[in-house]
Amino acid sequence: MAFIPHTPADVEAMLAAIGVPDIQALFDEIPASLRVKSLQGVPTEMNEMQIGRLMSERARADGRPLCFIGAGAYEHHIPAAVWAITTRGEFYSAYTPYQAEASQGTLQLIYEYQTMMASLTGMEVSNASLYDGATGVAEACLMAVRANRKSKSMRILMPRTVNPHYRKVAAATAGNQGLRFEEVAYAPDTGCTALEALQKCAAGEDITAVVIQQPNFFGQLEDVDAITDWAHARGTFVIASVNPTSLALLKPPGEWGTRGADIVVGEGQPLGVPLSSGGPYFGFMTTRMEYVRQMPGRIVGRTVDLSGRPGFTLTLQAREQHIRRAKATSNICTNQGLLMTAATIYLSLMGPVGLERTAAASHAQTRELVAAITAGKGARRAFSGPFFHESVLLLDRPVAPVLATLASRGILGGLDLSEHYPELGHALLVCATETKTQADIDSYVAALADVMQKARAA
Amino acid sequence: MSNVPADLRYTRSHEWIRTLPDGTVEIGITDHAQHALGDLVFVEVPEAGRSLKAGEASAVVESVKAASDVYSPLSGEVTAGNPRLATEPEAVNTDPYGNGWLMRVRPAAASPTEGLMSADDYLKFLETEGG
Repeated sequence: MAFIPHTPADVEAMLAAIGVPDIQALFDEIPASLRVKSLQGVPTEMNEMQIGRLMSERARADGRPLCFIGAGAYEHHIPAAVWAITTRGEFYSAYTPYQAEASQGTLQLIYEYQTMMASLTGMEVSNASLYDGATGVAEACLMAVRANRKSKSMRILMPRTVNPHYRKVAAATAGNQGLRFEEVAYAPDTGCTALEALQKCAAGEDITAVVIQQPNFFGQLEDVDAITDWAHARGTFVIASVNPTSLALLKPPGEWGTRGADIVVGEGQPLGVPLSSGGPYFGFMTTRMEYVRQMPGRIVGRTVDLSGRPGFTLTLQAREQHIRRAKATSNICTNQGLLMTAATIYLSLMGPVGLERTAAASHAQTRELVAAITAGKGARRAFSGPFFHESVLLLDRPVAPVLATLASRGILGGLDLSEHYPELGHALLVCATETKTQADIDSYVAALADVMQKARAA
Repeated sequence: MSNVPADLRYTRSHEWIRTLPDGTVEIGITDHAQHALGDLVFVEVPEAGRSLKAGEASAVVESVKAASDVYSPLSGEVTAGNPRLATEPEAVNTDPYGNGWLMRVRPAAASPTEGLMSADDYLKFLETEGG
């Protein structure tokens, strides 16, 4: 069989059959002004040896920095078996396959994944994953509008403690579909969303849903029980955006308040997916059974065949695009099959105890880091109250030059918050996971003290 | 042969309409439609208070093979969605003209069923459709 599926003769024949002169003509509807003529800096061709060399040089330029940045993507230890198994031929696909039921192994794996995510979040049903954590929040908002039939306003309360990128993606994805996002201020002393701030937004029309991120973008723990009960008392849905690792220690969203959250989403990257310059990652989504028909994405169910033998099948497909067309429940339905596979294997290897130890060690290392930094001069915590594995520090000088100097010493010292939260002043978001040893923390603290000392002397 | 009660009105999209004594109308899908859809597994009915325009998608019937919209044959305000269907969607299959009703609507127009088909016309329409 030829490796290239379409020979020039095949292409000719297909173009002739549909009456189009050439392949370019198929893209006529894209205006010339939007087309990229040529890619600058990209040579027309390179051989494999040259590319291999170029890529190794680029990778070397990255160095092997010690990373103390979190802010939505977290460096955790990934057992070697995770990707050794994930990249086996039986699993190595980015998608749920066509004729899915012919791939019973893949469907069983998705079924196990769904079971794990439902259990981790304390909810009744999970889909087969989404594109990433940010689009997960956008999809959850759209789903809340469909599922909360008592509410007509399409108003979504979006606290500023939700990851700024998630807020942007939600507005870009759902803003043009009539959803209105209203920002909610955080309390300056705790860095959390206070009930009074929510109350202020609640005047006038009803509210379709409120998004709560736990731990929030500052690493702080929101009062999720009070917010959930406040929302449910006024017919508002609760959308939880959670870090999956943290759920080994924190109360699952299904148990928030009296009734629990309605929709749970999050970024799945911490579960066995490498940082990898920001992607590909995967999003997860779980909900209550009563809203399953409004949930986007694929769902695998367990069933029996004609002879009564157990098997797995795609289920509830009537919600999907190939049947419901424009009225399907999803905007993007991409299921990140490969990354979800890695997460399932990661969770199987870690088990509940392993995940809890990972979460506890990350929390302990971050506490250690924060205590050591704030014991020195020129840095203090921005907020009071408990945090998980991230915390905001206020420096006595602009953050960017400090980070630049640390980077030149091979340390990525955290995220400068001045772009997204200018009102905080010289604020730095730091994170330490279980991958950071006491020696790593000591070298960060020493380097930071040295940088601050030199700057003070200068 | 489909069951087409003589006292109801019908649409080309296979809804039936019954005028109730209080002037409101009851709307459902016909025996022919439920048969074509197959076993229903889920029915979504509109909330009371929702205002509908004629031709607007107002309910969803989902079977094991497809999900279809049900269109409101007339303009008006929903007075009730059939609560039974939340737990018993198969009522639409077993009793499409009775327990399987979908919604009740207070019509906006004085003679709301004007322009809708009689049972005879609907039977003829089914024949031309090959039903």
